[in-house]
Amino acid sequence: MSAQATVRSSPARADRGRTALGRKVDRWLLPVYTMAVVTYLVLPVLVMIMFSFNDPTGRSNLIFRNFSFAAWLNPLGRPGLAEAVTNSLWVAFGATLIATILGTLIALALVRYGFRGRSSTNLLIFLPMSTPEVVLGASLLTMFVSTTKLPFVPEGLLFPMNIRTILIAHVMFCISYVVVTVKARLQGFPRHLEEAAMDLGANEWVTFWKVTFPLILPGVVAAALLAFSLSIDDYVITALTSGQTDTFPLFTYAAQLRGIPVQVNVIGTIIFVSAVLLVVLTTLWQRRQAVRDFAPQRTPES
Amino acid sequence: MRVSRRAIPYLLLLPGIGWLILFYLYPALQLFLVSLWTGNITDGYQQTFNFGIYAEGLSEYSPWIVRSAAYGGLATILAFLLGYPLAYAIAFKGGRYKNLLLFLVIAPFFVSFLLRTISWKIILADSGIVLGPLKDVGLLGDDFRILATPAAVIAGITYNLLPFMTLPLYVALEKVDFRLLEAARDLYAGPWRPGGTIVGAIVGGAILALAAFVLDAEPLIPAAVGAAIGAAVGTFLISEAFVRVTWPMSLPGVFAGSLLTFIPAVGDFINAELLGNPRTQMIGNVIQGRFLEIADYPMASALSFILMAAIIVGVLLYARVLGTEELTGGRA
Repeated sequence: MSAQATVRSSPARADRGRTALGRKVDRWLLPVYTMAVVTYLVLPVLVMIMFSFNDPTGRSNLIFRNFSFAAWLNPLGRPGLAEAVTNSLWVAFGATLIATILGTLIALALVRYGFRGRSSTNLLIFLPMSTPEVVLGASLLTMFVSTTKLPFVPEGLLFPMNIRTILIAHVMFCISYVVVTVKARLQGFPRHLEEAAMDLGANEWVTFWKVTFPLILPGVVAAALLAFSLSIDDYVITALTSGQTDTFPLFTYAAQLRGIPVQVNVIGTIIFVSAVLLVVLTTLWQRRQAVRDFAPQRTPES
Repeated sequence: MRVSRRAIPYLLLLPGIGWLILFYLYPALQLFLVSLWTGNITDGYQQTFNFGIYAEGLSEYSPWIVRSAAYGGLATILAFLLGYPLAYAIAFKGGRYKNLLLFLVIAPFFVSFLLRTISWKIILADSGIVLGPLKDVGLLGDDFRILATPAAVIAGITYNLLPFMTLPLYVALEKVDFRLLEAARDLYAGPWRPGGTIVGAIVGGAILALAAFVLDAEPLIPAAVGAAIGAAVGTFLISEAFVRVTWPMSLPGVFAGSLLTFIPAVGDFINAELLGNPRTQMIGNVIQGRFLEIADYPMASALSFILMAAIIVGVLLYARVLGTEELTGGRA
């Protein structure tokens, strides 16, 4: 990003020839507008965090009464909540792992190789992202229900639905997002580094692990983070493929019908803070990597 | 050796594509077959190929289908109107705050969709943080409410999908070369008049008239107000350089952003469920309820299939018209 910015001329120079009103808009209206919209985006997050410190009277956590740490000291203290959170974490880790591997392989095939059937592959990757979630869940539900009629599917494997069917569904909707994310990283990939490794006698396997993989790793990590956040937050598809199994979003939804326990806000806040920390850490790590990769080459030239 | 090299891409594709065929394509086919079942949950179902169910579904549930398209469309337009200036501000005027602002735009993603919507329920509650004080000082009547109205549902969808609109717009606007804008100004591109006034008035009027129509209000006054606002914005804020350079270069972002917003918006039912009332339900509510509450699998499947087919056909047509292959990966 910064490298591009130095090539371009500065935005300030583009202001030349603007009317006085245009400059005022740039200086005051746009920043004020940006602040307003960003506040609008962040406001519900702040409300969620604030209400995790509430001490509600009665069941519903909709009006702030008293400041309290009670829920924070006992974040899983609701019947069924611990199990729901554990299920969510298992599904999210499993789906992230499987979808990241499968999606990365597809992205490698699409970017690195010419083969017949490429455009139908692209279409198949695109379709799940352009199908509404409720339809994805619905079609999986009908499929799981009808496996009872198939002789070669062991009874109880896919129906009644359970945590396995949730995992299958989550991997399915995560794959496309992984492919798109890793593909973006693979485009503009320095192929000559791999050719150099091969010229120096490395076989394809060694070249992949020593050259290709470290280079695409940031894209793979970004894809995994995306898959994890999609999986742990999913309500719609999970609701249709879960059977009697509970996950955190399902617990939240059921709870909001009779009054949300403060613990839900606490866990929401914990997830939010960990996600923010993870993103900050990976950004710092990628920046360090970029410095390590490019700094030594620059010094002898300059 | 040559044969095995040719097999590599297929070996790489096999597990992932296999998963998608087994758990996306095959279930979609199954969805279609189940929609042609007849029977009920207690007596069992038979495959009867009763195609009449599609006509029945379309006529019986057309209010829900129309409402979904209207709410989804309006939410997409609102997200665009909010997101474009935001993306523009971050890309062109973000300066050293660029990354922080981008981070704040995606921060809501780290909180569950459900919890965010529940937060809006708290914020917009009848005597909550916003409406409570306004009612206390007498600015609003005691029975004024936002929750349980179509406006709340549309606002909720708009909120939840605003980052999906903003990010692709940002990516497209980020690529605009400032030197082109300078060149345009050097070549005497000034304010866009009278084009801005006319286009602004038409667009502004049309949007507010549509909004009024969806919200069941009298469209004439909103249309006039919208036209006035649009004309003012078009006259004073839109420059010729923007129309000739920035806007065409941001079209791929507009295309991607509107799809990423419209598709989930049409299928959404959480906002309608949490922020709306029974009369604001969308087609997603019907599908979910038919599957999970009354186990009417054939009708629920037929409605799902109609929704999926309509969206996929719509998306492919839209892609053809705008000529953007990027999203479907045609460019690879």
